[in-house]
Amino acid sequence: MGVLTPVIKENKRKIKNNRSSDTVMEIVMYAVAVIFLIILIYPLYFIIIASFSDPSAVSGGQVWLFPKGFTLDGYQELLRHKNIWIGYRNTILYTIAGTAIGLAVNISAAYALSRKDLRGRRFLSLFFIFTMFFNGGLIPTFLTIRDFHLYDTFLVMVLPFSVGVYNIIVARTFFQTSIPGDLWEAAQIDGCGNLRFFTQVVLPLSKAIIAVLGLWIAVGHWNSYFNALIYLKNPDLHPLQLILRNILITNQMQSGIGSGEAAQLALRLANMMRYSVIIVATVPIMCVYPFIQKYFNQGVMIGAVKE
Amino acid sequence: MRSGQASPAGTFGAVKRNWGLYLLLLPAVVLSLLFAYKPMYGVLIAFKDYSPAMGIADSPWAGFKYFEKFFNSYQFSNTIKNTLIISVYSLVTFPIPIILALMVNQMRPNRFRRFFQTVSYMPHFISTVVMVGLMVILLSPSTGLVGNLYSLFGKEAPDLMGSSALFSSVYVWSDVWQHVGWDSIIFIAALSAVDPSLYEAATVDGASRWHKVRFIDIPMLMPTAVTLLILRVGGLLGVGFEKVYLMQNDLNATSSEILSTYVYKIGLLSSQYSFSSAVNLFNTVINFILLIIVNQISKKISENSLW
Repeated sequence: MGVLTPVIKENKRKIKNNRSSDTVMEIVMYAVAVIFLIILIYPLYFIIIASFSDPSAVSGGQVWLFPKGFTLDGYQELLRHKNIWIGYRNTILYTIAGTAIGLAVNISAAYALSRKDLRGRRFLSLFFIFTMFFNGGLIPTFLTIRDFHLYDTFLVMVLPFSVGVYNIIVARTFFQTSIPGDLWEAAQIDGCGNLRFFTQVVLPLSKAIIAVLGLWIAVGHWNSYFNALIYLKNPDLHPLQLILRNILITNQMQSGIGSGEAAQLALRLANMMRYSVIIVATVPIMCVYPFIQKYFNQGVMIGAVKE
Repeated sequence: MRSGQASPAGTFGAVKRNWGLYLLLLPAVVLSLLFAYKPMYGVLIAFKDYSPAMGIADSPWAGFKYFEKFFNSYQFSNTIKNTLIISVYSLVTFPIPIILALMVNQMRPNRFRRFFQTVSYMPHFISTVVMVGLMVILLSPSTGLVGNLYSLFGKEAPDLMGSSALFSSVYVWSDVWQHVGWDSIIFIAALSAVDPSLYEAATVDGASRWHKVRFIDIPMLMPTAVTLLILRVGGLLGVGFEKVYLMQNDLNATSSEILSTYVYKIGLLSSQYSFSSAVNLFNTVINFILLIIVNQISKKISENSLW
């Protein structure tokens, strides 16, 4: 005891000294956090207030904290733009159908792979994982899609790329850790088959993972642009993102080309819509995600667990 | 009969008993065969003079003609250089999400922390098209937020979107802005798994908060960080198509042409199917080799590896 006393005293002194350095660290940390928050939020906030402001005030640098020259012209112009609504409708359809198909395909495959009594489990897992590291590439995939007559169809947006290997791995790990094996044995004794067990026992117990994967897949479809660019020609099938590109990016690049009053007017309208179109395209997703956010850590953590 | 005991009819019996599981796997397997494995066969066209009329099997062999054509083209060194610059630059920003996670972990669990996390994930849900649209609007030297900021101090803003020299910086830092919060989730999850008694013991020993971060948190994150780093290096030549393609314009063309945009242009826009596939295959093979090398090195040095 007597030997330890100086050590304890020494440590007490250290702890006291460290308290003040802890406070300094805390202040610095929260200051950095606040600056970081401002950098993240301000551009988003600016888009919102700019969408309600007079376009000339925005480009003149008068809009900083509040809307200036409040107007809804941008949104009104948006209502008149038929393309946007066609794109909106298509995106909603693709997102609903694509998420339903994606969830069905991935969740059921993941459950089967999670079962230890599945013969050929290792081979089947490798069969999927291999496609993560190797694929045919753009042109061979394009030729395949065309051979199946899927080019320029509704289906090409929701079916061919619905197998998400990462999603399957995440869901499989979830099933392995949260559906006890005894449950299946008990059900089996009661004469329950695999399919009934899956739909009536496993699925109701797996709402968390269904919510997380559902959100990931839905966000993917809502924001998808590449597949539409490559596989869709018919403008009536174009999703919102492809139409957004014309308004937000291509127009901008070509602004120097057009001349005359018609072009000037078109440019002015496009400029007016730039902010409102961003809001309308992004807000739906932003509204959903905070509700599912609590599952995120869990979901990502599961995905990180190594075999 | 227990499934673990191998009997002559074992495999067949086990498959038959669990036919429901194979039925659940069927959609994912069929979709993978059709849209992931069938295109892999199509990679053959990189070694053939592919003509759509004759099909993949009947087109005449071309050997390594298209690979040589690529190695000898002026785009070879340019696209590889641009791809490497962007991806190595991105690699440098790898620790930023880790720093963010360490910071979040130091915050007391309260409303500020929840708000901070919610906001930091938010930009991740913005689509690539909208993101580039935002950049075009906000970074414009004449009318954008950046332009206005500069004119506030009476200076002329640089044209960030139309500059070859700044292309990689704009690409990488806008990516950090968009994904840093999301990328930090996995590290936050790893930190939440730290045994609290470690911190208690450290406090008794007189450790300051900084010491705890330095000697407990950072070592705990290393395995996760190394695994992710290996995957990133494995994709060194795999810089995504979408954002770069959307950011491209005539002004930044010299530094914005990367392998994937080149594959798209020669393949789909000018229909040189075989040439495009050869470039793509070259890209895939290099990535694969890099992944294997980095994994081997990491296995030797840190005993962390993907397989």
